[in-house]
Amino acid sequence: MKLITAVVKPHRLDEIKDALQAFGVQGLTVTEASGYGRQRGHTEVYRGAEYTVDLVPKIRIEVLVEDDDAEQLIDVVVKAARTGKIGDGKVWAVPVETAVRVRTGERGPDAL
Amino acid sequence: MPPGITLAADTPTLSAANTGFMLICSALVMIMTPGLAFFYGGMVRVKSTLNMLMMSFISLGIVTILWVLYGFSAAFGTDHGSLIGWSSDYVGLSGIGLTQLWDGYTIPIYVFAVFQLMFAIITPALISGALADRVKFSAWALFITLWATLVYFPVAHWVWGTGGWAFDLGVIDFAGGTAVHINAGAAALGVILVIGKRVGFKKDPMRPHSLPLVMLGAGLLWFGWFGFNAGSWLGNDDGVGALMFVNTQVATAAAMLAWLIYEKIRHGACTTLGAASGAVAGLVAITPSGGSCSPLGAIAIGAIAGVLCAMAVGLKYRFGYDDSLDVVGVHLVGGVIGSLLIGFFATGGGQSDAQGLFYGGGLTQLWKQLAGVGAVLAYSLVASAILAFLIDKTIGMRVSEDDEVSGIDQVEHAETAYDFSGAGGGTASRSAGPVQEAAAQTKKVDA
Repeated sequence: MKLITAVVKPHRLDEIKDALQAFGVQGLTVTEASGYGRQRGHTEVYRGAEYTVDLVPKIRIEVLVEDDDAEQLIDVVVKAARTGKIGDGKVWAVPVETAVRVRTGERGPDAL
Repeated sequence: MPPGITLAADTPTLSAANTGFMLICSALVMIMTPGLAFFYGGMVRVKSTLNMLMMSFISLGIVTILWVLYGFSAAFGTDHGSLIGWSSDYVGLSGIGLTQLWDGYTIPIYVFAVFQLMFAIITPALISGALADRVKFSAWALFITLWATLVYFPVAHWVWGTGGWAFDLGVIDFAGGTAVHINAGAAALGVILVIGKRVGFKKDPMRPHSLPLVMLGAGLLWFGWFGFNAGSWLGNDDGVGALMFVNTQVATAAAMLAWLIYEKIRHGACTTLGAASGAVAGLVAITPSGGSCSPLGAIAIGAIAGVLCAMAVGLKYRFGYDDSLDVVGVHLVGGVIGSLLIGFFATGGGQSDAQGLFYGGGLTQLWKQLAGVGAVLAYSLVASAILAFLIDKTIGMRVSEDDEVSGIDQVEHAETAYDFSGAGGGTASRSAGPVQEAAAQTKKVDA
């Protein structure tokens, strides 16, 4: 199993959710996040005083998938998240040792 | 306030219209203080919102009582040496008849007293913006008690009281550019030079926590200012109050636009805070001048004030004094600009026949304005600094550094402005009462 994590622009959430559903993903977790990449946030001005705001709002989407689906799913997320502008975010995958469905106790791929 | 005004009637009689108008104007001026509280409250960080609101609000309590006890008498009683007033009838507002008229006008003394009370309340409140985040509430309460007594009441007498030296000299201050804004701005500068900067000034970000609150406050100020300005003629018999109303709107609009244009050129964006600040700068500048200039003059005065105040707010970073919310940059600078521009833009057709430089009056009025501005600025600056110094040496002006960093709301008021704990949050101990009651109610519903 793999855990796919995507940190992306908040307004792409609906597109990504739709794309994941179309792909057949059963469930996902979404959290609000903040951070920056190479573009380093933005500048705000208050009565002429400039403040650099490093951390910009993002969302983090996490999905558990079977190994075989991981690469294809990453492509789906990237395609749905992309606006072409700076700050589009990142997607990555890490191996997962095990997963358990809490209600039934099913383990491994059955728990997905 | 109109110097040397005489109304058409030889012996004025009580005017129901003017009296009603002035009571409404007094209420309008009252709303400016809560408006100011929101204007300032939105500009501070989350952790000191309540303190900022309270520093304005407490003035409504303290100054009202002082005014009744002796403030009105000190400001508007019989003149003593052109410096201070005193009339025993005014002490405790004890010897004033219900229909006894304010000398030379068609409104009762009570109405004049309550209108002027609202000015006395907002002026110390204006100072608080410079002291955000760091002053003990008890020290602030003591400061405004002493400041109103030793600075505001005498200065109001100089500028507006019959026999006051500035009034007799012919210094024009229609609604408080000198007595209110320069007075408060200079006091703010005096106090912050004594108490010093906020912890983290120029290092930590100190962004406004709620610009919508700032806009709400600025809107209330703008609305209430019509009472402040148009009411300062104390009646509606000859149209000067109406001219003032028009000029208030016009100058404020011009100043807001000027500030935004300056900002767009200088910083690349028209900001909300800039719009609110520009409006207030325009209101400040037209306050002394609006009774004596034309609407076109008001546009010029507003635009000049908008740009110069926008430039002035940056001075604190250059000179290193921490005027937290730019009381000096907006109120002192705006007040000085408005007062001095009377010397250029007075048409001779409004509140007085004095003409400015642009209307053939020469430099006479400008010198008078300079004298008024300089004297009030110097007196307020020095007296306020001395008061702050004395309070600092006795009960202490500032909260501890730890308390300032953790937030003055919690330390001084045992409250915080917002609950961010969310559902199920708030682990603080609760009294058993409400919880049990809630449980009992739930049971009833279940049954």
